[in-house]
Parts: sequence; structure tokens; C-alpha cells
Amino acid sequence: MADMLHFEFMRNALLASILSSVACGIIGSYVVVRKIGSISGGIAHTAFGGIGLGYYLGVNPLLGVIPFSLLAAIGIGLLTRKAKVAEDTAIGAFWATGMAIGVILIGMTPGYAPNLFSYLFGNILTVPSSDLMLILLLDLLIGVVVWLFSKEFLAVSFDEEYARVSGLKTVAIDLVMLSLIALTVVIMVRVVGIVMVIALLTIPAAVARMYSRTLQGMMALAVLLSIAFNLAGLGLSWVFDVASGATVILVAALVFLLSGASRMLFRAKRS
Amino acid sequence: MSKAVICCDRLGVVLGGMNVLDELSLTIYEGDYLAILGPNGGGKTTLLRVILGLEKPTSGSITVFGEPPGRASGRIGYVPQRLFFDRDFPISVLDVVLMGRLPKLRLLQRYGRTDHMKADEAIETVGLSRLKHSRIGTLSGGELQRALIARALAGEPELLLLDEPTASVDPDMKTTIYDLLDKLKERHTIVLVTHDTGTVGHTVSRVACLNCTISMQGPASSLDTASLENIYGHPVEVVLHNHSHSGSSGRSDRHG
Repeated sequence: MADMLHFEFMRNALLASILSSVACGIIGSYVVVRKIGSISGGIAHTAFGGIGLGYYLGVNPLLGVIPFSLLAAIGIGLLTRKAKVAEDTAIGAFWATGMAIGVILIGMTPGYAPNLFSYLFGNILTVPSSDLMLILLLDLLIGVVVWLFSKEFLAVSFDEEYARVSGLKTVAIDLVMLSLIALTVVIMVRVVGIVMVIALLTIPAAVARMYSRTLQGMMALAVLLSIAFNLAGLGLSWVFDVASGATVILVAALVFLLSGASRMLFRAKRS
Repeated sequence: MSKAVICCDRLGVVLGGMNVLDELSLTIYEGDYLAILGPNGGGKTTLLRVILGLEKPTSGSITVFGEPPGRASGRIGYVPQRLFFDRDFPISVLDVVLMGRLPKLRLLQRYGRTDHMKADEAIETVGLSRLKHSRIGTLSGGELQRALIARALAGEPELLLLDEPTASVDPDMKTTIYDLLDKLKERHTIVLVTHDTGTVGHTVSRVACLNCTISMQGPASSLDTASLENIYGHPVEVVLHNHSHSGSSGRSDRHG
């Protein structure tokens, strides 16, 4: 396996693993403590429309994903919080609409759509250096916004009503947080693809929560776990010559299952 | 006469087609220690939500510190009822209490030295200094309630609003919550809603009975079984531990 590092695509894959894990550990922690995994799934799937747009316009599909996922985040956020539409309804509507737009735009694009599969299910081995730059920039943006809003994000996550009573503009703060989820989706598309984003947003943070006393601690641990899942998945996919994104997800799921089971056993023993 | 803190005048709230509050008139004065008693579904929590600006009145008027509700968040310390609490949330007692400082800070402003000082003071007042760095989910019901009171105190409020402060607390811990409130009434106007008719009588200075509207209010000593049965619609037990108020009809020694 040591020969892995001789290839540029492998070095890029490792960098992409680490950079994407930073965003997904931090933002995933908010997703888990606020229980907004399904909104995140909705944002990710709506982003397929953006991939279609990228193909249609002949630009980098990730650039199409940015406006689509942001639009989904703001749209779902406003519909549920201002228009009082049921959350699962809003998610379902955006989810299907985004996918439909993607299918139509790809159909309208002349010729064959290369690498379409990799945007759906990820292919970390084909991340070009230019995308690494984009991922790095988004990481920095997410980090700065989270640092600025840490007091507000913690307040709405822990007790939204109390935050509102305290005079915080909770809807606006929610929209900022949802937008960060949208940007994280953009980062993750390259690594695990639209369909499996939700697993890497939730599993590392969910495992980290079992062992954390503070949100910052949970974020740090989630980042490390995500890196570990990525590297293990990448290594295994290399050895067994199978799809990298899917292998990363299965590694994460296995750890999640084991830590959940050990917790159950531990609790049963104590009581 | 002291200043009025909250004035409700013929307040009405309709929720989902139901009159939850109707023709409710009530004035709460500075220095009051008022218990609002009433059955579940009698509108106690709704009244608190209106005072906090979370619910809009359908008719009538209400002012809080002379302004419409929701404008005076920095002067109110709110202690919500916490029955559905995410015990797994990774947050320390101190970080929860610091949130009491939110009304004092601007958007994106970080907690400073004063905020930490006030939070520490509040934690000491409620007697939780030992558990300051514990995860909030590890606290017992009584400790959690005191932590939430500390959060309210950290914002240096003039008015404390408590929703069922003893609902999720072990019976023998209830007294410590009331002892704490007794200490706090020196410096704060306190309003609590509860259906805990047993313990509250001997500690507050004034009671109001709420079932859709205020049916009776007066000094705590005037609380009697008849007026409570009237609003609850079924027999209740009133225990006034302070025996000088012999006018009370419920004389059983302990409340179960």
C-alpha cells in the first residue's frame, strides 16, 4: 500500500479526504445535535440540478452545485420557518425538483455526460487540483463563519425558543447555518457523491457525540473520525479494487454500528 | 404603590379555534412574588408565552415594562419547563448559564470577562459551583432546574418568569427550589406558574387562579380549597404550612 503515495491522484485523494473532513466534522456536529439530517439530505439531492446545469453550460459541475444547494437551503429554511410548510413536505418538494431539473438539463446536453456517476456516488481518486483549491476556500469560509457565529449557533442548537426570547433572530441564524450545510455538500460531492453525503455528515459526528462533553470537542473528534474513515475506506478500496466513496461509507457505518452496540452492552451491564 | 411590571387588560388568546385565554385582566407589580395556579390546559403556559412575546394576543392588551411584549428581553429572566430535554447534548452547565447573557450582547459579539463573572455568580447563587463543568445531561432534575434558574439570573433580570419550576423535580428537592426562590425574591419580581397547589401557598406572597381567565387573586393566605375547586372543577388539596393562616380549610400535615 505504500506505493499509493507515488501517484499524484492519490496525493490529491488524501488531501481531499482531510480537507473535506474538516467541513464535514464541524458542520456535521450541528446537523446531528439539531437533528436536521433529513434537511441536509434534501439539500444534497437538490444539488443534482446544479450538476445538470454545470454539464449544460459546459462548466465545472461543482460551480453549478453551489447556487443550487444554497437555493435549496434558503428555500427549505424559509418554507418551513416562515410559511409553516411541514418540513418533510418542503424537503420532498425540493429534493425531487432538483433531481428533475438535473435529469432534464443533462438530457439536453449534447453528447455523452462523462463522470456523471462520480458526482452521484463520489470518486475521490479523480479530484483535480483545481477542485482542491475550491474545497480549501470553502473550508476557510465555513471555519470563519462558524467561529463568528459560535455563540448564536450554540444558542439556537441547544434551545431555539430561549434564543428567540433572548432577542436572537433565530430564522436568520438558521438560514446561515443551512447555507453552511449547503457549502459542505459542495465539498462532499467530490468525495462521496450526492447520494451518500448524508452519511458522512452524520456518522462521524454521531459517533463523536457519544464521547464528547462539549460541542467543540465533538467537532474535533468528528473531524478526526471522518479523516480516519476516509483513509481506511480509501486504503481498502485500493486493496480490493472497489468504489472508494462507497467503501468510505461502509467503513463509517461499521464503526457506527460497533460503537452503538458497545454502548448498548455497556449500558445493559451497568443497569 | 409600586410600579406595574406587567399589565394585562381583558387579554384574549385564541389558539386553533379555542379560547385559551379570555378577558384576562391582571397587574403584576414590582417586588411581587406571584404564583399563577390552575389546571393543565388552563392557559398558564400560554400566558407566559404572551408575556415573552412568543404568542400574539388576539384581543385586549398587554404591556411588559410599559412596552409591547418581546421588547424587554434583557429585563426578563425566563425559566422554561424542561420535560423534553435532550440529555445527550454536549454542553457544560457553564455554557448553558452563559446563554443567559445573550440579551446583553450584540450579534457576533463574544462572551467577555463580565459575562463569565455574571455566569459564575449565578451558578454560585443556585449552589452548582461544584458541577460547573459537568455536562448538562448528567444533572439530576433538581440540579437541572437550578441550572436553568442560574441561566435566567446571569442576565441580571428584574423579572423572573418560571414555568412549572418543580414539575420535573423529586418531591424532596422541591423545597430547595422554593428556598432558592425565597432568597431571590429580595431582588427580583417573581412570577411562577404551577399546578403544585400543595407547596406553593406558604412561600409566595400573592396567588392568582387561572382557568382561561383569572377567577380569583389575592394574598397567598386567602387561598382556600373552595376557590381552587371552583377553577379545577374537582376537589383539590391545599396545604398551607404557615399555620398562622388558620383560615385555610386544608389541614393535612404533609403533602404527598
